[in-house]
Amino acid sequence: MTLAEPPLLALHGVGKSFFGVPALADVTLEIGAGSVLGLVGENGAGKSTLMNIIGGVLRPDTGQMELAGEAYAPLGPGDATRAGVAFIHQELNLFGNLTIAENIFVGDFPRRAFGFVDRPAMRRRSRDLLDRLDIKVSPDTLIEELAPGERQLVEIAKALHGDARLIIFDEPTTSLTARETDRLFEIIERLRAEGRTLVYISHILTDVMRLADTIAVLRDGRLVTDGPQRDFDIPKLIRSMIGRELKQLFPPRSALPQAAPVLEVEGLSQPGIVKDVGFSLRRGEILGLFGLMGSGRTELARILFGLDEASSGSITIAGRRRGATRGLRPERSIRDGLAFVTENRREEGLMMEASIADNVALVSLEAYARTPLRIVDRTALGGAVRDATATMRVKAANFDRQPVKSLSGGNQQKVVLAKWLLNRPTVFILDEPTRGVDVGAKYEIYTITDHLAAEGNGVLFISSELDELIAMCDRILVMSRGEIWGEFDRKPFVREAIMHAAFRDNRPLDSAADPAPGSAP
Amino acid sequence: MHDSGTIPESAGRAEAPGGVDGEGVEPRTSAAAAHTTGLVRGFVRRLLLSEYFVLWLMIIYFLALLPFLPSLSNPANLANILSNVWPLLAVAVGQTFVLTIAGIDLSQGAVVGLTSVVLGMLVATQASPEILSNASIWGSILTEEGGLFNGLAFAVPAAIAVMLAVGAVVGLFNGVAVAYFRMPAFMVTLVSLIVFSAFALWITQSENISDFPPGLVSLGKSPIVSVFLGAAAESRVLRRELYPIVTYPMLISLALAISAHFLLSRTTFGRHVFAIGLNRKAAEISGVPAARVIVLVFVISGFCAAVGSLLYSTRLETGMPSLGQGAFLLDVIGATVIGGISLFGGKAKIVWTFLGVLFFALLSNTLNLMNLSSFHIDMMKGAVILSAALLDATRRRIMAREG
Repeated sequence: MTLAEPPLLALHGVGKSFFGVPALADVTLEIGAGSVLGLVGENGAGKSTLMNIIGGVLRPDTGQMELAGEAYAPLGPGDATRAGVAFIHQELNLFGNLTIAENIFVGDFPRRAFGFVDRPAMRRRSRDLLDRLDIKVSPDTLIEELAPGERQLVEIAKALHGDARLIIFDEPTTSLTARETDRLFEIIERLRAEGRTLVYISHILTDVMRLADTIAVLRDGRLVTDGPQRDFDIPKLIRSMIGRELKQLFPPRSALPQAAPVLEVEGLSQPGIVKDVGFSLRRGEILGLFGLMGSGRTELARILFGLDEASSGSITIAGRRRGATRGLRPERSIRDGLAFVTENRREEGLMMEASIADNVALVSLEAYARTPLRIVDRTALGGAVRDATATMRVKAANFDRQPVKSLSGGNQQKVVLAKWLLNRPTVFILDEPTRGVDVGAKYEIYTITDHLAAEGNGVLFISSELDELIAMCDRILVMSRGEIWGEFDRKPFVREAIMHAAFRDNRPLDSAADPAPGSAP
Repeated sequence: MHDSGTIPESAGRAEAPGGVDGEGVEPRTSAAAAHTTGLVRGFVRRLLLSEYFVLWLMIIYFLALLPFLPSLSNPANLANILSNVWPLLAVAVGQTFVLTIAGIDLSQGAVVGLTSVVLGMLVATQASPEILSNASIWGSILTEEGGLFNGLAFAVPAAIAVMLAVGAVVGLFNGVAVAYFRMPAFMVTLVSLIVFSAFALWITQSENISDFPPGLVSLGKSPIVSVFLGAAAESRVLRRELYPIVTYPMLISLALAISAHFLLSRTTFGRHVFAIGLNRKAAEISGVPAARVIVLVFVISGFCAAVGSLLYSTRLETGMPSLGQGAFLLDVIGATVIGGISLFGGKAKIVWTFLGVLFFALLSNTLNLMNLSSFHIDMMKGAVILSAALLDATRRRIMAREG
């Protein structure tokens, strides 16, 4: 690509506010035809807002856009599609219950006489598109039967079907394996060679450095810097993103674990899920739980919290012992002092449409209710909610009215943490707490985790990122096929030994949950 | 951080007919001449987005029709509208709880019919064998000497207690099926609707049970406070010049609505109801006893339907198995949704329900005053509910866009 070519898309002073808070201000940017623009920024920097404006989902409050020299003001996503702009979302927008071909054609089914859908034509065209992307599955396959990486490719096929000139990728690799990621990168290279223009948004800076021709950095809704890829390196990108030098990726641990156990698990088994799992977690300890996808980490957490059953075994929380076999409910676990930050904020962690305050209050309502009618003491609860959100440093304009869906991923995660903190638990189960969270917010979450441990709580830290476990944990347990397959003490941790334990069955490397070691710089 | 990618269906909606997308807000025109249109548009938008949109709509509707239907503002007519509000409000309050957990209760109509019969068969002071001797309850519960409780000291309160309990038990059945057996509310309550309607018709062989005791009749009819709008010098006040404002049905229904308001907005139970409607999985992980809350919500719905039935039955002085059939569900769900209660759960206020019911009563009344046939009235009501749904969808689109 050459920057001498006229830009395909030009933005002039584009801005947008939500609830009176600017999410994007005065962005002026050109995207060269046939080039890849890498767009980086912390969560909440305005990347998604900018892309939603380009994709026609949102309309800008200020500024204009030009596409290939003509004024471009899409009134909706349909307009953008017709103009040749395709948006491949973080959460894929495919219909699981329809076939690949139906998904590709969902906007414009080919017709034959009397309005019947021309299925053979649909299949032929889909077959062509899939071949171009080297996808070796039938166009009649249902989307729900595909792996995440294949679904992504179907999205790309759909974009190609619409003959998109500009394709926007929003965090495309979050749910892909290493092999799928490599294939995606090949395809991106090929699309560029075909003369298409791409925008690539990612937290994984090494990927951005590898793919992009030009890079733009957003911070607090403003374009901080942009230029050719060769002008950047990863430290410079991080500096521009967070506006200061980030000397450390992880905070130091501030206290040592105490001797007293706060969570003891014995002989926990459930056929096909977990097998004879036993461990103990001490006060003030951060205990890492590492394993590949499907090793049973999340399943174990769900059993500990009383969401799923085990056929045998027992769990002792702060000295209160209970059988794990049946009749356990989250209500009981919460009373006993457990907190569970799930790996999936959107589906299991938050009420996306509800306000920040309502979300934070949910777990602790009973504690602020007065008998006999269980009327909620709104003043006391409101004060406690404000304290908890302040402790977590949640950034928002209006805690009582702003829905959590308007927050960035990092702030959403802090709302989840605030919700549990308010209930003063003694054991925190954190399942992938930094997933989909940017560098700055990650550091804050690590600091909070250290704080929780220093106050004498036990933390069970589940993660696929070995780097963060090695940096934050006192001990690391490795799970494999539902069993604890290794226990490692900090003296210090030996990375290779831990990986070895996780791969005891020599599975191919690309089934590792997140094998890219440079994901966080 | 944006809502565009939450669920596939939102994508479907966004991509659907391209033309619809543009209607909400027109693209900004540049000239300063557009200032006044901008003001008008801003006003319309504020009106559309107002939480009490129905209230404004109702006032506009009332004032717009007044020149054509002068009798609309007659005190007698206004009192009549109010009297139609109270029973419907009681039922709609119950429906509000169910809609808030993203469920639906189709069985309320059947509960109204069934509990009406239960009341009649317990309190009737006499019963005519020519009409009722074929009924399945004839000879056991209902005889020529009247209902089972006739002649007992506390016949009326006991019968009311039984009818309310029957409503609650139907709700309990629905709730257990939905919460513990994970059956869809639509299915379960549709079955309840069919079964309990048929049961009510069977035990009476479709006949009405009349002859209510005078105490019960006065509950439905006698005013507590009436307004007289005649000359002060008048020595004798004619009954038809008295307009009942405060009535027993009003007190009962308002008491129910106010308690429901407190329950929904101030208690942990209410917060749990909203949480389940917004995200059941997240609610359960946060310790909300979802199954228990859902059962209770359906019990409330059945109970409220029984209260509504009490008000209808005493007004008609009859235990009617066919009460609550036909377009009744349209009235209940239509009024609730017009008020602004979301069918998708998690968005509700009892005040909205009240306004929706008020609007519905006003609508029915004006259609009656226009001397339309009942067929036309139902068609009109359908059209109004459709436009309300359309307006609601437009509002949501504007709100989504404005952020």
